[in-house]
Amino acid sequence: MKTIKYILQKEFAQIRRNKTMLRMIVMLPLVQMLVLVFAATYDLKNVDIYVVDQDLSDTSRGLINHFEASPFFNIHDASFDLEDGINQLKKEESDFVLVIPPDFERSLVREDEADVQLLINAIDGNKASLIYQYTSNIISAYNKQIIMRWKGLPDFNPPMRVDARDNYWFNPELDYKWYMAPGILSILVTIIGMFLSGMNLVREKEMGTIEQLNVTPIKKWQFIVGKLLPFLVIALLDLAFGLLIARLVFNLPVEGSLVLLFGFGALYLVGVLGLGLFISTVTETQQQVMFVTFFFIMVFVLMGGIFTPVESMPHWAQQLDRLNPIYYFIRIMRMVCLKGSGFSDLLEEFVSLTIIGISFLSLAIWRYRKTS
Amino acid sequence: MKEDKTDTSALNTATVTEHLQTVISVKNLVKKFGHFVANDHLTFEVYKGEIFGFLGANGAGKTTAMRILCGLSSPTSGELTVGGYDVYKQAELIKRNIGYMSQKFSLYEDLTIAENIRFYAGIYGLSRQQRKEKEDRMLKKLGLEPERDKLIASLPLGWRQKLSFLIALLHDPQIVFLDEPTGGVDPITRRQFWDFIYEAAAEGKTIFVTTHYMDEAEYCDRVSIMVDGRIAALDTPDVLKKQFNSEDMNGVFLQLARGATRTD
Repeated sequence: MKTIKYILQKEFAQIRRNKTMLRMIVMLPLVQMLVLVFAATYDLKNVDIYVVDQDLSDTSRGLINHFEASPFFNIHDASFDLEDGINQLKKEESDFVLVIPPDFERSLVREDEADVQLLINAIDGNKASLIYQYTSNIISAYNKQIIMRWKGLPDFNPPMRVDARDNYWFNPELDYKWYMAPGILSILVTIIGMFLSGMNLVREKEMGTIEQLNVTPIKKWQFIVGKLLPFLVIALLDLAFGLLIARLVFNLPVEGSLVLLFGFGALYLVGVLGLGLFISTVTETQQQVMFVTFFFIMVFVLMGGIFTPVESMPHWAQQLDRLNPIYYFIRIMRMVCLKGSGFSDLLEEFVSLTIIGISFLSLAIWRYRKTS
Repeated sequence: MKEDKTDTSALNTATVTEHLQTVISVKNLVKKFGHFVANDHLTFEVYKGEIFGFLGANGAGKTTAMRILCGLSSPTSGELTVGGYDVYKQAELIKRNIGYMSQKFSLYEDLTIAENIRFYAGIYGLSRQQRKEKEDRMLKKLGLEPERDKLIASLPLGWRQKLSFLIALLHDPQIVFLDEPTGGVDPITRRQFWDFIYEAAAEGKTIFVTTHYMDEAEYCDRVSIMVDGRIAALDTPDVLKKQFNSEDMNGVFLQLARGATRTD
């Protein structure tokens, strides 16, 4: 235990003198929280519509007014020519073209039915289907209005219908930042912890100081734990710093217990730092460590469910995610912050992260060689 | 200076001849890297309290053999004991009893002198009291007391090397391995360095040192000269000089190394 104390003392003295590292530790959370959380949003806003209104009737204008009134849409431009609309779509100047045919009002009156055409840029399929959904909502709302107006006699009995009353739980205002911030924070602590610990160990190899340590009676586990703890502490400090920013800037709630959150943070970091240290035991230079670590972080993050729900991934990918520590941690962060989940709700995550942590840490200790 | 040296040297040789207690024993050490044989059946013994010089051209296999004895590298075959412990099975026990100073400078440049001492003293399990005493004595000896809180990076090479040697002695090891300790150091500092080595040997420590400098070979009690991974000669400098009919060790070395096929 005393040996570890001396390693920690030494590591912190070195970190204190490493100005670049200190700057990174402070800047990274600031940039990630203030830039990425705002940028990584799925909120659909400012969709540009190109309107081709060939009917120019009361009814068609009413419909266009409905679009104009929606916060999601912007009437970007309008003309009578469909070709112009298609050109704009091609040039990416508009996101979709709304075409109202010449006999729109007439068919509505005569045949009780009329068509409009929507041409949607679907390069981003997700965005396209959202646009379609919002558009359908607007059109059906308009439909209701028309029905009420035309059949709205005083003694008229409105047709029976089911009304959906929705109530969004845990994130009542559907604030995307609340969803993203815990995820981005998980990535932040991963990057800080994994890169710093891995590069630190391999730096001793590059400098040659590791030889001097290898001729001492230091135990392998003492060395690895001594290399892990300082960066675990730094990563947790960054977690606290990031949470504070999220609280102040986006008013992110932390419904659950902070102790639980940081406890899980520490458990999670044992795993990812263990992996980082393992990588540094099998590499010789800081470049190699960076490269391999980057690869793992990339895979973990993209599979971890920060941008895309894990439930919609193929079955095999979901199975693979059982080995992905960041998948669990993003879930935990979101559940504790937004839902206020307690330890008993997170038992499965606890068991998985414990297994992952022990495995990666043992792997690093086992692979660290005092004798080459 | 000169007198000093002869005195301690005489004392040294006396201790060796009286006891002749073996502290390092190597029989048929072979180390291969793939097809390359770095050490080809080395056999030698080192006695307690002697200064054992390990000479050879670059690439002759000196550092490889030394790293094996320190437990940094594992031998391909051979029987080896260091300080009475088996190199294969008791590597960690050996590490408690040896000091090592590598070719590559290995103190932490971004730590102060005091922090380096505290770290290594801590790793070897010295008490705070022991550390304080050693630290004071060491810094006094080097005249570095005012420099205590300066970063290693700010010290000139000669001072670093001396400091690094004394730190290798911090835990009172019975055997000290020095891999080209005076490489790139000025002649005065080299002299001082050898004074430190004599002092340590006078305390009964065994010194195993590799070097390129033939004048340094003269300071050793016994030297072995390696050529192409083999030990070509092993004896006291006086006997070797007589045997090869040479005035100094330089002549001995040149005669032996001329036949070498390996260079870097």
